[in-house]
Formats: sequence, C-alpha cells, structure tokens
Amino acid sequence: MIEFRSVTKQFPDGTVAVEGFDLVIPPRKTTVLVGSSGCGKTTLLRMINRMIDPTSGSILIDGEDTGGLAPVKLRRRIGYVMQNSGLLPHRKVVDNVATVPVLNGVPKKEARAHALELLDTVGLDRSLADKYPRQLSGGQQQRVGVARGLAADPNILLMDEPFGAVDPIVRAELQQETIRLQEGLGKTVVFVTHDIDEAFLLGHQVVILQKGGHIAQVGTPAEILARPADDFVATFIGADKGKRVLRIQNVDGRDVVVDENGTPTGVLQS
Amino acid sequence: MKWLASNYGLVWELMQAHIALCIPPILIGFLISIPIGWVANRYKLSRGVILLVLGLLYTIPSLPLFIFMPLVLGTPQLSSLNVVVALTIYAVALMVRSAADGLSSVDKDILQAASAMGYSGWQRFWRVELPLSGPVLLAGLRVVSASTVSLATIGSVIGVTSLGYLFINGLQRSIPGEVITGIVATLLIAVVFDLVLVLIGRLLLPWIRQDRTSARAARRRAVLIAEGAR
Repeated sequence: MIEFRSVTKQFPDGTVAVEGFDLVIPPRKTTVLVGSSGCGKTTLLRMINRMIDPTSGSILIDGEDTGGLAPVKLRRRIGYVMQNSGLLPHRKVVDNVATVPVLNGVPKKEARAHALELLDTVGLDRSLADKYPRQLSGGQQQRVGVARGLAADPNILLMDEPFGAVDPIVRAELQQETIRLQEGLGKTVVFVTHDIDEAFLLGHQVVILQKGGHIAQVGTPAEILARPADDFVATFIGADKGKRVLRIQNVDGRDVVVDENGTPTGVLQS
Repeated sequence: MKWLASNYGLVWELMQAHIALCIPPILIGFLISIPIGWVANRYKLSRGVILLVLGLLYTIPSLPLFIFMPLVLGTPQLSSLNVVVALTIYAVALMVRSAADGLSSVDKDILQAASAMGYSGWQRFWRVELPLSGPVLLAGLRVVSASTVSLATIGSVIGVTSLGYLFINGLQRSIPGEVITGIVATLLIAVVFDLVLVLIGRLLLPWIRQDRTSARAARRRAVLIAEGAR
C-alpha cells in the first residue's frame, strides 16, 4: 500500500506542481493517475521512488515513511517504466533487463539467466537478448523496459506514460500485456497517462487530476462513468458530449446496443 | 629515396623517440580532461570560464612555451619532460571541450532512467555517462592525437629528439629528401595513432558499430523496397 499524506511539491522556480495531496493506493491493484499535462501526475509518480522529494507532507509505503529511506536503495526495490523506454543504449537487451539485480549484487550470470526468463514473460523472443536497444522496434523496446522494471521482483511497478510513443496497434497489445502481467504477478501498479480510455482499461482505481494535483474524482471506472463528480470530470471522460452513452434498440425481439453515433456494437444478454 | 636508404637507422630511431614523446601527453591529457570537463559541464558559469581559459591556453605559441617550461618545472633545458608537459597542456586545452561536450551529449532521459533504476551518482557516472559520451570523447582524442604528433616536431628546435630533427637538419643542409622523409614519417605516425584510436573505439564502444550496421541494413532494406516498388 502506498499512502500520500498532504503532499505538496513546489519547484525552485515557484511552480506548485502538487498541493495538499492525499491518496491511498491499494496493494496488488492498478491505480491510474490521469490528467492533462501540468496536472502533476508525473511529479506524484516520481515522488514515490524519491526521484523528486516533496516540499512538505509524507509518502508511506506499507506504513513506512519513504522520507527516512535512502533514495538509491528505495529505487532498487521499485520497478520503473518510462516513456521512450529509457533503456541504456550501450547495453545489450539482456544486460538492460539485468540492470537492477546486478546493482543489487546478484552475480552477473545468474542475473542474465533470469533476464532471459523475463523476456519470455513479456512476450519477447530470446534471440533479441544480444541486440542493442536501438536495433529493436519501439514496441519491443517498451517490452524490454517492462521486463527491466520487473527484474528485481519489486512489489511496486511505476509506469510513466509507458505507451505514449508507440502506435495504436502496438499500444493496444502492450495494454493487454500489462493487464495480463498485473493479474498474473499481483504487483501494485501505479500508472500515469493522459488518455482516459487507457485509464479506464487498465485501472482498478482511477484518479482524475486537475491542475496542481487536485483530485477531481477517485473511483473505479464504473463508478466514475455512473456518477461523474462534476462538470470537469464529465468533460474529461467525454460524457458531456454524449460519448460513453450506449442505447438499446429492439431488433427482431433482441436488444441491440448502439453507441453515441448510432453504430451497433453488440447484443445485450440478460 | 636515396637519402632514406642510407639513413634508415636514424629515421627509425627518431620515429621511436617521437612516438615515446607523444604517447604520455595524449594519455595524461585525456585523463586530466575528464574531471575538468565534468566540472565545466556541471555548472553554467564554470563551463564558460574553463573553456575560455583553456581556449586561450591553446593559442600560446609552442616554441616559447617549450622554452619557458624549464623555468617553471626546474628541469634541465634539454629534458624531454619540458616537451611532454607542454604537449600535455595543449592536449588538455583541446580535450576539455570534447569532454564537456561529450558529457553533455548524453540524453537526459537516459540519465533519469538510470537514476530511477537505482544507480548512485558515482555508478551512474562510470557506467552510464562516461561510456555514452565515448563517441564524442573519441572524436576529440583523435584531434588531440594528430595535434600532439605534429607539435612534437617543434621539440627538436630546443634540442629534444623527435622527427623535427629531419626538418631542421634537412633545411640547413639543403637535403629535400630528408625534409620529405620527416614529413612522411610524421604523417605515418599520426595515421597509425588514428587507426589505433579508431580500433580501440570499436572495441570499447561496440554499440555504435551495431548502430551503424543496423543503419546500413535499414538503408539496404529501403533500397530493396524501392526497387521492388519499381
């Protein structure tokens, strides 16, 4: 469990990225922080592994205040996946995946063997192990990034817009892969995105953020869809324009569901 | 050619002396430049000041600097140390800029990622920043190498043995063959040094080559596709 307790972050230039932020992130679930740019979502994510330290307030992991932990050690037990993969270009794929275990003192040979298994886990062929990151496609690089994030078997996986730079088809694949991995491995995933559809797809808990890290609404996707907290949320999820509204049409005695454009999408079963 | 044939031993000896004179400044200059380049790159102000001072340093004419060295170091007039130290100063003057540029050429996202993985500052420098600035460092070192090999010839003017002897002696005694031999021998050393550096680069920076081969493969693929389209 990760807890934010009245966390405020003001950067040296005076911008207040986050103000009085409170949130409980449940264990073994995916929590998505979603909002437009400048809402402080990445700042919040990076405060969890102390890439950024809060100006005031505290962040607790399983009840322990991270402010009292050594940042480098803390980061080695939290997985981190970023946009554009952030792979080390001078290291082969297998060594990139083995990065954190090697930093933790695991013998290189052992770490590499485990890295190969992780390539299987994220659906990559082992023949890619000896290639350098730039020889891989964007989607493959992102998978390597996920494998690297999982390598030290962390309880927590932070994902900072990991699929923002890949094409829609690959993104859809990677999203399904993320759901599968989270369910299979039971990690606590904190995912940052500006894409509300991605948030609803991946999140058990979705946190919609406004400027300055103010929470507009927290809930399951269903709860948010059922009852948007205010106009901001309604606009953000597209409910104000009739998006997200499905209607039922009776055709030949069966209930056909049509979307906001009147396009049939499926048949309702009772 | 006739001159070379009868003086082969002398040329070979001078070449060896020349190489021995050049290697320490290149290596020491490289090693000194990395920390200075790091400091230059770390703060905006220090970068401007350090690069300006070192830039000026390189503009000092070499002959006066060679002559000046014994006064500063307290070494004998004819000591080769005078030339080695002076050449090291030039090497540093050239190399620090490359070191600073090389370190700043490293993608900030990659550094962030490295920190997020749990590299400490020290580990990140040695295992990520330094190797990734390798290509720029290598390019700088190749310039330093060529500059050092050519500047070392001037050492002969103050009596420190190098291939420069062939220029001076050849001019004084009007033997064109001797002057030409000196030039060719100097060039030869410069080229060999350069090849060695490129080779070291290939060994230490294997991902660059992989990059290039993949670029070539991509180009070939593009050509094939273009041909297929026709």
